[in-house]
Amino acid sequence: MKRLLTGVFILFSMLVLIACSGGNGSEETTGTSEETNGSSEGSSSSAKLEIFSWWTGAGEEDGLLALLELFQEKYPDIEVENAAVAGGAGTNAKAVLASRMQGNDPPATFQVHGGAELNDSWVAAGKMEPLDDLYEEEGWMDKFPEALIELVSYEGHIYSVPVNIHRSNVLWYNKKIFEEHGLTPPTTFDEFFEVAEALKEAGVTPLALGDKEPWTATHVFENILLAKLGPEDYGKLWTGEVPFDDERVVESAEIFKQMLAYINDDHSSRNWQDASQLVANGEAAMNIMGDWAKGYFVNDLGLTVNEDFGYVTTPETEGMFMVVTDTFGLPKGIENPDDVKKFLSVLGSVEGQDVFNPLKGSIPARVDADKSKYDEYGQDTMEDFQNDALAPSLAHGSAAPEGFLTRFNQAINIFVTQQDVEQFIEALKAAATDL
Amino acid sequence: MEPASETNLSSEVTISKKKKKVLTKDHWLAIGFLMPSIILILIFVYGFIGWTGYVSLSNWNTVVPDFSFAGLKNYIFLFQDFRFQADLRNNLFFTILFISVVLILGLVLAILLDQKMVRGESLFRNIFFFPMALSFVVTGVVWQWLLNPSTGVNLLLKHVGLEPKWYTDTSIIAGFELGKIEFGLPVAIISVVIAAVWQMTGFALAMYLAGLRNIDDEIREAARIDGCSEFQLYWKVIIPQLKPITMSIVIMMAHISLKIFDLIYAMTGPGANFVTDMPGVYMFETTFRGNYYANGAAIAIIMLLMVAIFILPYLWNSRREGR
Repeated sequence: MKRLLTGVFILFSMLVLIACSGGNGSEETTGTSEETNGSSEGSSSSAKLEIFSWWTGAGEEDGLLALLELFQEKYPDIEVENAAVAGGAGTNAKAVLASRMQGNDPPATFQVHGGAELNDSWVAAGKMEPLDDLYEEEGWMDKFPEALIELVSYEGHIYSVPVNIHRSNVLWYNKKIFEEHGLTPPTTFDEFFEVAEALKEAGVTPLALGDKEPWTATHVFENILLAKLGPEDYGKLWTGEVPFDDERVVESAEIFKQMLAYINDDHSSRNWQDASQLVANGEAAMNIMGDWAKGYFVNDLGLTVNEDFGYVTTPETEGMFMVVTDTFGLPKGIENPDDVKKFLSVLGSVEGQDVFNPLKGSIPARVDADKSKYDEYGQDTMEDFQNDALAPSLAHGSAAPEGFLTRFNQAINIFVTQQDVEQFIEALKAAATDL
Repeated sequence: MEPASETNLSSEVTISKKKKKVLTKDHWLAIGFLMPSIILILIFVYGFIGWTGYVSLSNWNTVVPDFSFAGLKNYIFLFQDFRFQADLRNNLFFTILFISVVLILGLVLAILLDQKMVRGESLFRNIFFFPMALSFVVTGVVWQWLLNPSTGVNLLLKHVGLEPKWYTDTSIIAGFELGKIEFGLPVAIISVVIAAVWQMTGFALAMYLAGLRNIDDEIREAARIDGCSEFQLYWKVIIPQLKPITMSIVIMMAHISLKIFDLIYAMTGPGANFVTDMPGVYMFETTFRGNYYANGAAIAIIMLLMVAIFILPYLWNSRREGR
């Protein structure tokens, strides 16, 4: 009887356990399979146009919905399905997308960072249709900057339509703190360290970093790389023409190491929003982040540009523009490629870009958009975008394949703690064998 | 024993073999009903384990599948990799700490509840058992805030002059160089252990309580009459009697801790310098972010082997006892 009781109890508790652990796993799988079901059901009835993205945050979701509304106005017959997957910087969405692409069940069109993230993955795998015809039909060849078209092209063919541009080499600073201590925002690294030293003495954290997800550290480092190498040689890092033991890369690592002496102690428990919050609250003075941080400052925290916070380009990157661009492409093997092309044509139109970008807080990828629709920061950035030398961001997947980026992030995660330059350079060299 | 063994498939099969009975209609019916799930399990569990093993020996480390044979390249890479070495270290210390604390706390709480000193025993039992009903993701998010050095319990601890860095601490206790990493107990792991223990102690408590209730009072009486002190009674009589339950808890906790993913992912992430990283987290990131499918598959196979080290002797043992 005793053994029976224990036996039954063990059996029962095992069931509970299995149910619990199964629950966790299946949550994710049901999430994906629901979408899969959704799309296959849709395509069998009237071929729904499934728009796959990770735009679920405050401003970006509004932008996406406004864009979809505009599309519905123009093409009321086409049924659109917003298949957005939530999760930081699209990491969850990318995993869902990968399994759907591998399983030959692509969404009608999906958000992807222009550059290596698309070219070295799905384009190289032969899973995307070229869009050269669409560009010619719509006369887009001279409406997007040449460097940008080059970024979304692979072996001479264009594969996606850029909808927005974010700038990544921006240094945000708390204006009140800078005024209080009589400081001016730094434009060179020497100035940066002078300012940082003054702030540290005054008891303010000079630089906010939230590297719970290590890409934020990569983000800071890539902007140092850009400053030290210049746009051209920075680009050559990803093709192997400039090796990672180049003395300018070593110098960049030294500068980064020096910067790490001025960051907040709890950096590894924060994400980029938490780090931006430090600047907004006045606990930290500066933050190096892409201009989605402006959206966070203005929309989520209710701050005013040039009043509560200011912006300059990161040290020594004046005249350079680190580009992060969201684009949409046309996967092979979907049922409604013509509908997708209609969607892409709206996406690439002035009207489409001007309806999306002011809400999202980014600037249009087209050079002929209506400037009056954007705020002060946006107008500044639009002007820089047309004049500056463009460089693709590594941290955001444009410069190099995801595999290299993962290894790079790992190396930087170790570097932030150990601060061993030699070992860091070795790790980068080892990762570069994958390029 | 009878009713339990009848519900058990394997014993049923062995019975029918031993007695050389002709299969009756009932048996055929049972087999017919079981076949679909057996086939599905063969394909979707064992088939895919085999497939993962196959992928782990291939060169598929980009989005484009490449099934050419790579030998043990992926495994060799992993064992030379800083991150994976750190994962093994973290997992080892997490498993040891987690299991031992769960066992000790569970037993102590069970003994206290068993004393019937307090009223409302079922209330306490439920309070202790409740965290188990939560998902590890929920636990992870809650403890992420509780143990966050700038928002959590530190706001209280600050007043007594303590400010532990919890899971952001990158120091390693008693560390020495081993391979590429510093081997020792990562301080940050303790925070994760606290969260995991909070969730799973109730389970050990319930198991032990059931065990204690099954020990005849006569045995205790007999021991006491023989002049046994209360401490000796527990140490020499009761705890040895609870051995099968201890074994079950160890097995179950080991399989949770070896493949832990959700708690870490929701609570700390890989951590600075990978102090809270685990093989499961590395597997997910390298496979679905880095597109290193073969590397990810190799991690999965290594995790399977690690769990097998615990589970196989147990299965073997219980099979022998079953006979």
